[in-house]
Amino acid sequence: MALWQSIPFACILLPLGSAAITSVLKERWAKYWTMFVLVCLVVLSSVFAGKMLAFSGSYTYMMGHYPAPFGNEIRAGQLEAVTALFFSVIMLLSLMGGMKKVEEHLLSDKQSLYYVMLLLLSAALMAQVYTNDLFTAYVFLEIMTLSACSLITARNRGRTLVAATRYMIMNLLGSGMFLLGITLLYDLSGHLLMSNIQQAVAHLAADGQYRMPLTVVIALMTIGLSIKSALFPFHTWVPDAYGYSTPTSAAVLSSLVSKGYIFMLVKLFWRVIGLDVIRSTGILDVLFVFAMVGMVMGSLSAIRQNDVRRMIAFSSVAQIGYIFMGLGMGTKEGAAAAMFHIFAHGVSKAMLFLSAGGLADASGNHKQFRHLRGSGFRSPIAGVAFTIGALSMVGFPFLGGFTSKLNFAMAAMDQSDIRMLLVLAVLAVSTFLNTVYFLKTVITLYRKPLPGIEYPAEKGRRGFCFNASLVLFSLVNIALGLFSQNVMGLITRGLSHFG
Amino acid sequence: MARIRNDYENSWWPRLLRWLETGSSALDDRMEEEMEATHEGHLLPSPEEIAAQEAKREERIQRKLSDELALYTHAHQWSRTKGAKLADWAYRILAVVICLAIIFLLLQTASFLPSFGSPDNPAHNEVSRRYIEKGMEETGAVNIVAGMILDYRAFDTLGESNVLFVAACSVLILLRLSSDKKDLSSVHQLEMEADDRMYEPKNDIILQKVSTLLVPIILLYGVYGVMNGHISPGGGFSGGAVMGAGLILYLNAFGFKKAQRFFTFPVFQAVSACALTFYALSKAYSFFTGANHLPSFISPGTPGNLFSAGLIPYLNIAVGLVVCCTMYAFYTHFRKGDM
Repeated sequence: MALWQSIPFACILLPLGSAAITSVLKERWAKYWTMFVLVCLVVLSSVFAGKMLAFSGSYTYMMGHYPAPFGNEIRAGQLEAVTALFFSVIMLLSLMGGMKKVEEHLLSDKQSLYYVMLLLLSAALMAQVYTNDLFTAYVFLEIMTLSACSLITARNRGRTLVAATRYMIMNLLGSGMFLLGITLLYDLSGHLLMSNIQQAVAHLAADGQYRMPLTVVIALMTIGLSIKSALFPFHTWVPDAYGYSTPTSAAVLSSLVSKGYIFMLVKLFWRVIGLDVIRSTGILDVLFVFAMVGMVMGSLSAIRQNDVRRMIAFSSVAQIGYIFMGLGMGTKEGAAAAMFHIFAHGVSKAMLFLSAGGLADASGNHKQFRHLRGSGFRSPIAGVAFTIGALSMVGFPFLGGFTSKLNFAMAAMDQSDIRMLLVLAVLAVSTFLNTVYFLKTVITLYRKPLPGIEYPAEKGRRGFCFNASLVLFSLVNIALGLFSQNVMGLITRGLSHFG
Repeated sequence: MARIRNDYENSWWPRLLRWLETGSSALDDRMEEEMEATHEGHLLPSPEEIAAQEAKREERIQRKLSDELALYTHAHQWSRTKGAKLADWAYRILAVVICLAIIFLLLQTASFLPSFGSPDNPAHNEVSRRYIEKGMEETGAVNIVAGMILDYRAFDTLGESNVLFVAACSVLILLRLSSDKKDLSSVHQLEMEADDRMYEPKNDIILQKVSTLLVPIILLYGVYGVMNGHISPGGGFSGGAVMGAGLILYLNAFGFKKAQRFFTFPVFQAVSACALTFYALSKAYSFFTGANHLPSFISPGTPGNLFSAGLIPYLNIAVGLVVCCTMYAFYTHFRKGDM
């Protein structure tokens, strides 16, 4: 086995091991150490993605001395490689962009704990991406839930505590359902390894055995993961959690944590249960309908907000709806479009949260639209970054969001007539609503300030790291739009080796 | 232009002269002065200051109370109207109905599952057979469970011990009193101590005598559970929990002052960081050699010996320490916000 094939293992163990060390460091050193580890993670992931381009298919890696069904193993293919790369890049840039704010919002002796949480979260995300074992997935799901929760509480205010309580209750409900699903599935199949479960489930489905428990298992796990990733009727915890936590937390939560759960769901559909069995249960139709409703309702709620952070949070609900719509189509094109949207949304949503923080800073720490007027001039880089992110979300050509909308529309062509019409109609309506609230915000940023509102004298300069992170985010966004065909090709090839 | 010195008394020449005269070091003098000064600064506050602080505190509490009342009335004004009440009722009834439906569904599912204990269940396959038949020979652990969680599926357990760590860190982020709050005046510190003592037994003689007897036994039992995890039932998780319970009992009987002689926050940090780092490093070595089929120095040894079963005893110790520290940290932080 070549040395580069150990990279997934290193990507999991490096942040996991360094998290424990970070907890004893002073906040300054903890910050540098965390940055160093995350940079290492990005470098490793990009080397791995580069190597995987030439490597067709996927391979498994034993975690220990015992082969798969007896020990643990991880599995890597092109889809995993590119997902890990995107996740690590977003993680690094989100931390870079919000570092100043972290220092401002958190008490000094709690900052190193915050970095511990970020590192554990990265490790859990990497494990989530690479694992080939359902129970390992559950363990790291727990780490993700807990660390995400304390990313919210880290900024110790009444609002964040309420938000964290809500987040905790909803997420633990989701974890509980997922765990219940795993136990029942183990009882039915006798395995925890994903590929073995798929064989066993295919046998059961062919024999018609245990049909009812199997349906319940699929429903429990799917609903559990949809609760955790904030699909429409379960989205009530989103606005507070994303709206009041420190910008890095909001960026990480919306771009990475919910996406990690969705990646797990893709894995569940494609690798654990198998798409044919999933299709026969009808759960995809349920997801499809709720995704459609979410796309519209999330946007409608976003329009009503007058706080920019809450507006972006509600927009996340709508975007999660897009992703679930792709999954709900039940085809390879649909899943590929959903995966692409995970990247496109992750990259631009994190940037939106960070730049909204910068804009609010330039407006005397107010996030209401009437205070934000003219902030695009007061904090030029944040203004431009916000505009790029908003345009990408709306679906402006040359940006990631445009391609993903196009992909969804193309994927809908293979569906039955009613579903195709539904997808196209809802896409159109949702795009229109997106335009309403995002362009409204962008226009607000460049209007003359209202008379009678005082702004701090100094312009919203947030230092080198903030600006660099926003510039890099913008570049990634544009690159994702320009090279979208290559990324889509990679995702499609990855998906064909994924199951 | 030469610099004009206006503190001739403190320049080095007169100090040297003084030193020659008195024989004591000028530096020593100054240290004494400084110590006196700081000592004076730390005298107990005068009664007026205490009164002023008390008044301020009272005022703050009153203000907070009125704020809360205003918030409460504001929040409940709307929900007192009839429509909102109806919605509330509908919500509650719906919640109960949905819960009942889910309970019914799950019970129904349970009746369709493979019957418990039947030998041809899907879960009785080659995986569990290998664990039972070859477990001792391959891992060197007489306790098959230890072999499973710390050798066959060690990656899961590595994640699991990090779940404990992340839980402890979450509690610290949420409940730990920050150092700027600890700099409060001595009055406040005394108050906080009093608050802490109010709901806890104070020098309870029965508790102290009983725990003098029990704590060593409990701790020893915990250590035994951890050390023999690979030989007999037990292991890091259960043994660590026993040790943590012993520490908590000690703390309850003798108070924070005595517990702080050996278990403070830096100790907690150092112990859990060392244990987890050791765990991660040793498992990284084992995973890497295992996946690349490299020779490794880990050998099962003679099953039944105290030092056998490769890494398992050491991993058990690491897990036990993490569990013990986490339990103790939970208790102290929920009680007082500090260790």
